[in-house]
Amino acid sequence: MKIVREALAGTLESSDLMVRIAPREEGLEVVLQSEVIHQFGTQIEAVVRETLAKLAIVDGLVVIEDKGALDCVIRARVQTAVQRAVDEWTAEWSALS
Amino acid sequence: MTHSTEARLADVSLPAGLEAFSGVTARAPHLATQTQKHGRKLAASLEDAIRASGLKNGMTISFHHAFREGDKTINFVVDKLAAMGFRDLTLAPSSLLSCNFPLIEHIKSGVIRRIYTSGMRGKLADAISHGLMETPINVHSHGGRVHLIDRGELTLDVAFLGVSTADVFGNANAISGRSRCGSLGYAMVDAARAGKVILLAEEIVPFPNAPASIRQDQVDFVVKVDQIGDPSKISVGAARMTSNPRELLIARLAAEVMEHAGLFEEGFSLQTGTGGSATATTRFLEDRMVKKGIKAAFALGGITGPIVDLHQKGLIGRIIDTQSFDAVAAESLRVNPEHWEISTNTYANLTSKGAYCDRVDMVILSALEIDLDFNVNVITGSDGVMRGASGGHSDVAAGAALAIVVGPLIRSRIPTVVEKCTTVVTPGETIGVLVTDHGIAVNPNRPEVAERLKAAGLPVMTIEELYARAISLTGKPQPIEFLDRVVGLIRYRDGTVIDAVRQVKG
Repeated sequence: MKIVREALAGTLESSDLMVRIAPREEGLEVVLQSEVIHQFGTQIEAVVRETLAKLAIVDGLVVIEDKGALDCVIRARVQTAVQRAVDEWTAEWSALS
Repeated sequence: MTHSTEARLADVSLPAGLEAFSGVTARAPHLATQTQKHGRKLAASLEDAIRASGLKNGMTISFHHAFREGDKTINFVVDKLAAMGFRDLTLAPSSLLSCNFPLIEHIKSGVIRRIYTSGMRGKLADAISHGLMETPINVHSHGGRVHLIDRGELTLDVAFLGVSTADVFGNANAISGRSRCGSLGYAMVDAARAGKVILLAEEIVPFPNAPASIRQDQVDFVVKVDQIGDPSKISVGAARMTSNPRELLIARLAAEVMEHAGLFEEGFSLQTGTGGSATATTRFLEDRMVKKGIKAAFALGGITGPIVDLHQKGLIGRIIDTQSFDAVAAESLRVNPEHWEISTNTYANLTSKGAYCDRVDMVILSALEIDLDFNVNVITGSDGVMRGASGGHSDVAAGAALAIVVGPLIRSRIPTVVEKCTTVVTPGETIGVLVTDHGIAVNPNRPEVAERLKAAGLPVMTIEELYARAISLTGKPQPIEFLDRVVGLIRYRDGTVIDAVRQVKG
C-alpha cells in the first residue's frame, strides 16, 4: 500500500503511543521516541517495522512517540495510522495478527 | 565582704583542674539581665544565627523533610549559606525530593561536597545519577540514619529545623500555627543529636509552647521566617490516594493476605506505608476487622488519612506517628490523644534501645522492582536513574513479623518483577509476600504463610511464574548501560553497604 497523506493514531496517555505517518519517497524511515527506549527501543522498532512490512508499506515516514505501550497496542496503533494514511486498504485483517 | 570566696578558701589547696567560684554570672553571662536570660536564643536573622552557631567550611548541616515536596527550608538555608560564602559542606537532611533541584547549582559551585539522604527525586536525582558529584552520595533508611549518627560516622554540626510554632526558648511543634506538617519525628532526632540546633519558626508564640516536640534544652537559636513549607504538597509524590481500579484490586488482595496470613488477631499491629495500593489497603481492612470483631493495638508509620479514619472508628487503638503523610494525619496528631509522635530513633533504629518497627505484625510496602529472590529496589528506576527513597522500607521489613510488598506486575511496559533488581535496598529474606494484580507470590522461607493463603483460596503462585507472566506481556528488557563510576552507596540499616548505584551512561 502507499502512504498518500499524513495521518495520526493513538494518544500520549501512559501505556499508549502516538503514531504519526507521512508520505516519503524512497524507503521507510522510523523515528522512535520512547520513555522505555533504553530497555525496549530495539523491540519497539522491530514491532513497528514488522507491522509495516505485513501491510506492505515500503515508503513512508513513521514517527512514534511511545509512552510504554505493549506490543499489541503498538501494532494496533500502527495499523490504524496506516489505514488513515492510504487511499485504498488492501491488507487482509486476518493475516495481520 | 568578709565572707568572700577567697576568705573561705584561703587555706584550701584546690585540686588540679578545679577553680574557685567567681560570681553567679561569671560562667553564665546570659543570666546577667532579664532580657538576656529570656531573649538570648532569638536571632535577628538567619545570618546571625548561622554566625553564632560557629558553622565552618567542611562541616555537616542537617534538615528534616517532613514537608516533602512542599519544603521551603532546605533550599532557603543552603541559598543563604552559599551567599555567606560557605563551602565544602556535607548535606545531611533526612531526605530530599524533587523540590530540592536548586541544590544542583550549589553542588556545582562547591558549597555542597557530600550528601547523606534517604533518597532523592527529579532533576537533582537525575543530575547525580549522571555523575554530578565527585563523592558518591550515601542513601540510608530512616532508622539507619540515626544509626549512622549514633555510631559517629555522621556528625550533625548544625541542624536547621523548620517548625510552624516555637517560643523564644525553643519549645516547638508542627501541629499549631499555619504551615503544619504534623509529626516532627525526623527533626526530633537532629534536635537531640546536633552540635547546634537552629529553629526556623514561622510563628513565635508565647512561652511555654506546648506540646514541645522539640524542647528548649535542645535548641540554641530561634529565627523567625516567613514560611517553612507548604503542607498541601506533603502528599504529592510518594503518598497519594488512588481511585485507579488496578491499584484497588491489588489493595483488596493485600487486605485478604493480611486477613489470612495468620496474624489477623485481636490486638495485632500494622503499618500500611505509602503508594497508591498501600494506602488503599487500609480501606479494605475495615470491613474485615469489623466482621471478625477485632481491633488493632496500634498502627505505625508513615500515617495517612485512612489510618486516622480507622482509629476514630475505634478499630486502631493508638497511632504511632513519625511522619504525618497528609493534612488529616497532621490534624489528628493535634486533636487525638492516642495519636503519638515519635522520633525515627524510636521508630526504626536498629541500635535504639527499642524500635517500634520490631513490634509490627504486618507491614504493606511498595516496590519499584522486586527480583526472584524477593530483594526490593525502591531507589532506582528501570532507566537506572534514582527516583525514590529508602525510607523505612528495610527497617520495617526487618522488624515486622510479615512484610507484604504490593505493586502492579507491570507499570506501562516496565515489569516490576525482574530477574535481578537494578539496586537492592531491602534484602529479600525480610520480604514475606508479594501481591500483584496478576497474583500473589510467597517467599519460600515462609511456607506456613503460603499454606494459609492457598487454603483461603487466594491466587498463590511462584515468583518465577509471576516473572514469566510479566515478560510474556512486556518482552525481556535490555539491560541498562552503566559506567563503572559509583554515584551512590546504599547503606543497610546496620550501616553496611548493601549495593552501589553506578553512573548512568549517556
